[in-house]
Amino acid sequence: MSDPVFRSINLTKIYGTGEVEVRALDGVTMDLNESEMVVLLGPSGSGKSTFLNIMGGLDQASGGQVYYKDLELTACNESQLTRYRRDHVGFVFQFYNLIPSLTAWENVALVTEVSRAPMTPDEALAMVDLSDRAHHFPAQLSGGEQQRVAIARAIAKKPEVLLCDEPTGALDSKTGIIVLEALDRINQELGTTTLVITHNAGIQQIAHRVLFFKDGRIEQERVNQNRLAPNEVDW
Amino acid sequence: MAMLDRKLSRDLVRLWAQGLAIALVMACGVATIIISVGAYRSLEETRAAFYDRYRFANIFASAKRVPESLKPEIARIPAVGSVEMRIVKPVLLDMRAMQEPASALVVSLPQHRQSRVNRLYLRLGRLPSSRGRDEVAIAERFAKAHNLRPGDRFDVIMNSRKRSLKIVGIVLSPEYIYAIGPGDMVPDDRRFAVIYMSQKVLHGIFDMQGVANDIAITTLRNADESMIIERLDQLLRPYGGQGAHGRKDQMSHAFLDAELQQLSGMSKVIPPIFLFVSAFLVNMILSRLITLERQQIGLLKALGYGGWAVGWHYAKFVVIIALVGLVIGAACGYWLGRELTQLYAKFFSFPFLIFKQNADLYLLAGGITVAAALLGTVKSIRSIGKLTPAVAMQPPSPVAYKSLLATRFHSLHLFSQLTTMALRHLFRWPFRLLLTSCGTALSTALLVTAMFTYDSVDFMIDTIFFRADRQDATISFASDKSQRAIEDVLHLPGVIRAEPFRVTPVKLRNQHREVRLSIFGSRPGTRLNRVLDKDLQPINLPPNGIVLSQRVAEKLRLRPGDGVEIEFLEKHGSLSSVPFVHSGSGYATEFGVAQTVASATLPAVVGVAQNFVGLTANMSLQGLNRLMGDGRQISGARILIDRDQQPQLYRAIKSMPAIASIALQGLSYQKFRDTIEENIAIMNRVYVALAVIMAFGVIYNSARIQLSERARELASLRVFGFTRAEVSRVLLTELAIIILLAQPLGWVLGYAFSWGVLKGFQSDLFRVPLVVHTSTFATASLIVLLAAALSALIVRRRINQLDLVSVLKTRE
Repeated sequence: MSDPVFRSINLTKIYGTGEVEVRALDGVTMDLNESEMVVLLGPSGSGKSTFLNIMGGLDQASGGQVYYKDLELTACNESQLTRYRRDHVGFVFQFYNLIPSLTAWENVALVTEVSRAPMTPDEALAMVDLSDRAHHFPAQLSGGEQQRVAIARAIAKKPEVLLCDEPTGALDSKTGIIVLEALDRINQELGTTTLVITHNAGIQQIAHRVLFFKDGRIEQERVNQNRLAPNEVDW
Repeated sequence: MAMLDRKLSRDLVRLWAQGLAIALVMACGVATIIISVGAYRSLEETRAAFYDRYRFANIFASAKRVPESLKPEIARIPAVGSVEMRIVKPVLLDMRAMQEPASALVVSLPQHRQSRVNRLYLRLGRLPSSRGRDEVAIAERFAKAHNLRPGDRFDVIMNSRKRSLKIVGIVLSPEYIYAIGPGDMVPDDRRFAVIYMSQKVLHGIFDMQGVANDIAITTLRNADESMIIERLDQLLRPYGGQGAHGRKDQMSHAFLDAELQQLSGMSKVIPPIFLFVSAFLVNMILSRLITLERQQIGLLKALGYGGWAVGWHYAKFVVIIALVGLVIGAACGYWLGRELTQLYAKFFSFPFLIFKQNADLYLLAGGITVAAALLGTVKSIRSIGKLTPAVAMQPPSPVAYKSLLATRFHSLHLFSQLTTMALRHLFRWPFRLLLTSCGTALSTALLVTAMFTYDSVDFMIDTIFFRADRQDATISFASDKSQRAIEDVLHLPGVIRAEPFRVTPVKLRNQHREVRLSIFGSRPGTRLNRVLDKDLQPINLPPNGIVLSQRVAEKLRLRPGDGVEIEFLEKHGSLSSVPFVHSGSGYATEFGVAQTVASATLPAVVGVAQNFVGLTANMSLQGLNRLMGDGRQISGARILIDRDQQPQLYRAIKSMPAIASIALQGLSYQKFRDTIEENIAIMNRVYVALAVIMAFGVIYNSARIQLSERARELASLRVFGFTRAEVSRVLLTELAIIILLAQPLGWVLGYAFSWGVLKGFQSDLFRVPLVVHTSTFATASLIVLLAAALSALIVRRRINQLDLVSVLKTRE
């Protein structure tokens, strides 16, 4: 493993004030290395999503620092964060968040049009095995297909980081595996640093490293010596 | 409070901005109903009360000299109520503060008793008595314009002599609610007066002992007016009767009628537009609300609420918005209606004002508004009833889109993906797109309708004052004179050019159709007053024949080849049968007229007339004189004046007994312009406000709905790294397309509305041409674009506030 892509130092996030104050993150310190695939596990409200959102430049921290390479995200303003998301980060969400009025191909092109050195939409769709469904609208695709389009869209700009929030949460095991295979393949072929949030403990087996969240802290960290392929995962 | 009502109140608080925008559009509908119907009723009621209490005549007639002994015979005509025989004469006033002469009508008042017809409302002082030979009562507006009070004096030239008259009373008459001086197009209080003197005094002044020249009659209920007019004409014929007429041909009454007609037209056109748009907006917001609250609706039903209960819950949401609109609209309508009615009172001379605002009007407006609102929501509310709880609690299936172009064009990629998003979303709901565009188009149309009047009136003024009637002044003699009198006019100081004319009242008849008007006879090739054809080119009046204005031709349903009959009212018994000859121009209202008097057949002539004011007929002076068979006579002259010698000319005219009145073109023009522009300016402000509210209501709501439908998509775009400006562009592109599509439609609708407005405004008095300049269309669109930009800015702020995290976490 090489230099860390992300460094978080004593990161805190507090929602609300006074009596209703909720400490979503309570001093998280960690590094994320290049080309690493990390799975975040933990119960609801443990702070995983908040952590991911701050990493992705979607949310502001209350305290501490986060660095993306040399860029201090916690010191960025709104337009710098927009720029950061545009140039460096790919997102995959539980509910796909495809634009219903654009076809699969167009959903990918939406991102490639504004990226610096993207792959073509066709290449991105090929990576998730969806070339034949390129001109279908989201309403004409299955859940797994929609999520693969979302992944193609996320990776088309060749991001340094791929952030996935419950990417298989809405899928059955069979399609879930296909989606994980896509993520794994991208991580290996493109060397994209990948952070995956999941409730599904089985998925941790495909990661290089697993972080266990509890009450806004990283309670435990484990490195997988023997990674499994997605189709070997015990769902 | 029931829990559902509590939910309702919170929904209202949450959606207050959209609700208010809709309520305001409804308020416009309500306000316009109340203003137009209210003003119509107030004006009609006031007029009716004034007519009734002050015994406004039903039938009017004038003659040269009628012996007062004819009165019992007139009174014996069946269904005649009261008869009043009067002296009514045009006179010149010499007001000290005014260089130019003013004109007046002097009307006689009976001695020792009140008038039985056309009674006066006494505002100040008393009526003139027969003992005071110089006593006069004057119309209130003239008194106000000159700051005159009882006890003041002014000079009048009556029957060749200047007299100083003492004001004893300030009065108003139902006969002159709208009083226009000779040659004027709108009332000019400074230059025209109606003055009242004792009949006995006027007998002496005009040498008319025992005779009158004006008859006013009230009739009994259900009287046969045309029969009375016919009998009256028979009785008056030997005395130079000029043809009796009913109220519809009485100037003041006709003007008020035209005004009322316009108001009633407004109440039929404008409120429905607003109610239609608000129904659409309500539909839009409610169906969106129901889509968003699908799961809540399912839950409510699962909890045991019936379809009706849930439906009523949403209906109440709409009813409350409608009620807010009703309250705002009623308050504005009441206030504006009062203002408008008062404006009318100022424009017309009413002694009192009945501001008619019955509860039924508000009930009507409220009923219509709530009904329109509910009508807009029927579909959405019915969908609630149909939703089963299990289905409702599932998220709705994703919206299916279609490609706008055939698949083979996919590789073209004409637009960026952001633009494609905007376009597909827009055309996914074509009906909504159509309605939103229509709503926006209606705003543009309203603005065009408000502003075109400037163009039309400009054109009309240009035509009348700079192409047709180019004289500086028109002098009218007290009675017809020999043509040699033109020499006297030419010798007046400062007169550069004088063109004689003759005018005579006639009835033109085509079978049972009849029009009362005056035929003007002028010399061919006149340079000052010109008769224009439809292309506004001067017509050279040929020696024989008649040129009718379009309105007259339409009223008489005359076509080339038809016959027309002319009855000269001042020369009784002179009836001419006139066949038409085709003009060959192909224009339906261009006529060839061949004249026959007695047994003489005269050759035919072609005539066209583009005339915007009054009913007119023109002939050559020679032809008219020949028809009338009383020698070469003239009634007055149109003159061109050397401005430097104007004061001398005015002085000379004031001392010339032969001149009954002088109409000053420049002042008429100015007054006309000022009055019209003042009226248009007021109307304009109201229309612009209405149009802006409508544009804002439609565009703001439509943008908010789009934002609500697409919050998730737009947030996703922000997550992918699109800037706020780029994300806003998606929504703003849609808005821009809606607004741009709406403009041409708005122009067409605006042109059609304008046409409708003019159609409603058209009367025998005015015929305003429809002229809309390109700049008017552009200005209307610009205002709508500004209103749109404002709503876009507000929505843009909302886009900036999108909560990226929460939007992405939830499933829609």
